[in-house]
Amino acid sequence: MNKYVERLYNGIVKENPTFVLMLGMCPTLAVTSSAINGMGMGLTTTVVLMASNMIISALRKIIPDKVRIPAFIVIVASLVTIVQLLLEAYVPTLYDALGIYIPLIVVNCIILGRAESYASKNGIFLSMFDGIGMGLGFTIGLTLIGIFRELLGGGTIFNVSVTPSNYEPITIFVLAPGAFFVLACLTALQNKLKMPSATNGTGNPAMSCGGNCTSCAGTACAANHGLIEAQKAAEKAERAAAAKAAAEKKKAEAEKKETMKEDAKKED
Amino acid sequence: MSKRLNVSASPHVRSKTSTKTIMRDVVIALLPACIAGIYVFKLQAALILLTCVATCLLSEYIYEKLMKKQITTADYSAVITGLLLGMNLPPSIPIWIAMLGSVFAIIVVKQLFGGLGQNFMNPALGARCFLMISFTGRMTTFTLDGVSSATPLAIIKNADRSVPVLDTLTNNGTSLFKMFVGYTGGTIGETSAACILLGALYLFVRRIISWEIPCCYIAVFSVFVLAFGGYGFDINYLAAELCGGGLMLGAFFMATDYVTSPITKKGKIIFGICLGLLTGVFRIFGGSAEGVSYAIIFCNLLVPLIEKVTIPKPFGYVKEAKKS
Repeated sequence: MNKYVERLYNGIVKENPTFVLMLGMCPTLAVTSSAINGMGMGLTTTVVLMASNMIISALRKIIPDKVRIPAFIVIVASLVTIVQLLLEAYVPTLYDALGIYIPLIVVNCIILGRAESYASKNGIFLSMFDGIGMGLGFTIGLTLIGIFRELLGGGTIFNVSVTPSNYEPITIFVLAPGAFFVLACLTALQNKLKMPSATNGTGNPAMSCGGNCTSCAGTACAANHGLIEAQKAAEKAERAAAAKAAAEKKKAEAEKKETMKEDAKKED
Repeated sequence: MSKRLNVSASPHVRSKTSTKTIMRDVVIALLPACIAGIYVFKLQAALILLTCVATCLLSEYIYEKLMKKQITTADYSAVITGLLLGMNLPPSIPIWIAMLGSVFAIIVVKQLFGGLGQNFMNPALGARCFLMISFTGRMTTFTLDGVSSATPLAIIKNADRSVPVLDTLTNNGTSLFKMFVGYTGGTIGETSAACILLGALYLFVRRIISWEIPCCYIAVFSVFVLAFGGYGFDINYLAAELCGGGLMLGAFFMATDYVTSPITKKGKIIFGICLGLLTGVFRIFGGSAEGVSYAIIFCNLLVPLIEKVTIPKPFGYVKEAKKS
C-alpha cells in the first residue's frame, strides 16, 4: 500500500480516534446530538488537525524539545481561532450549535496526540495525510454517533424525517446519557467485527506491541496485522494437514467411517 | 476436589436461606401493594405489571441463553425487577413503553454489568429514570378513574403556603386518609402507603431487611421537610409528604436492595441519611414534586465510597502510631 494511502487507512479504520483510540471524548459526547453537528465538529477538527500537523512537522527541527507542548498549543490555538472566526462568518448556525466546543478543539487529545506521536517525527506530507486520515476517522465516528442519536432521539437523519409519523422519539438519546449509550454500542460493535489489534484483546505476546495498550506508542499496531495474517495462514495449513491426515485414515480404516467423519468435522 | 468434603474455613453455618428464598419473600411482600394498585387502577395496572414481569423474565432468559451463561430466571430477581418497575409506572402508560423499560432494566442496567450482584444501581429505578427522561410527558400524567389529575404531592408543592395542608387537599378532592389508604393518583405501586407498610412489616418479621436504611431515610427526610417545607412544624404536612409519592415504596423496597446498598451497619446509616437529605432537596427545591427515584439511584452510586470508609476494623487490629 502506498504510504500516503496507508496513513489515511490507518486514521479512518485501524486507529480510528473515536472507536479505537478513544481520544477526543469531550466533543464526541457533547456535540453529537445531531448528525449535522457531529459532521461539522469532525470536519472542523479535520481542518485544524491537517494544518497543525503540517506546521508542526515543518517546525519539528526548530522547536526545542523542552518546550514542545506549549509550542504545539500556540500553533493549534492560532489555527483554531482562524477556523472559529471563519465558522462564525460563514456558517453561523453551526457556530451556535457547537458553541464552546470550537475553542476547546485547542486541547483536543487527538490533535496534541498526533502532533506528539507523529507530526513531530515525520515529514510534512506524511503528517498532512496523517492529519487528514485521523480527522476523517473522527468525522466518521462523530457523524455515525450523531446519526444514531438523531434517529432514536428525534426520528430524523440530517433533519430529514425518516420514521413513521407515529414513532415516539426516545428523548434520552439526544441528551448526555444517550451519547454514552450510542458510543458504547458502536465501540462494542466495531470491537466484535474488527481484526484483533492492540485495543482488542488483552496482553497477547504474539503481537508485535505485546498486546498491551499501556505500553503502546500507536505505531506498532501496523505490524500486528502481518503477524495475524501469518498466524491465520499457519492455522489454515494446519487444518488442511489435519483434514488430509483424517482423510487418509478414513481410507485405511473404512469400517470406522462414521466416527472418522465426525472427527474431521470437529477438526474443521 | 470432591464436593462431599467441605474444606472452607470455620464457622460452618448451615442455613436454608438462599437468593431464591429471600427474593421470594420480597415478591410476597410486594403483593399487597400490587393488589392495591390493581384495585385502584383496574385492569390497566394489572396488564402493565404482568407485561413488566414477563418482559423482564424473557429478556433475562434470552440474554443468558445467547451469552451461554447460567439461566437465573428461577431466582425471582427478574420478577422483582419487573414488579418494581411496573409499580413505578403510571397506570396510563402504553404497554410498549413498559416493555422497553423492562428490557432496559434487565439488559443494560443488570446484565451488561454482570448480572445479579454486579449491578451498580437498582435496575427498576434505572429503567424508571430512563423512561422518565425519555417520555417525560407520558411518565408524569397520572389518571384516576379515567380523569387525569395532579398527584397530591404536586398539589401541595404548588399550593399557597398560607392555606392549611388539610384544606388544600380537601379542595382538590383528596384527603390524608385517602392518601394513606391509596385512593389517589400516582404510580401503580406507590398509591397505598398502608399496603406498602404491610409488606414492609412482613420483610422485617422475616428479617429480610434491617431497620437502618428505611428508618434513617424517613427520619432525616422528615426533619428536612419540616425545616424547609414552608409550613413550619405541621404534622399534617409531614404526613402528606410521607404518604404521598414513592417515599414508602422507595424506602422499604428499593433503597434496601442488597446489591446496591452498603453492607455494614454504619454504612447503612450513612446511606439512609444521604437518601433523606437528597430526597428532601429534590422534592422541595427541585423542579418536580417527586425525587425518591433520583435520590436512590444517586445514592446507589455513592455506595462504593460509603463502603470504603466503613470497612470494619479486623479483630485485633491496632492502628499504627502517628509519627510525630
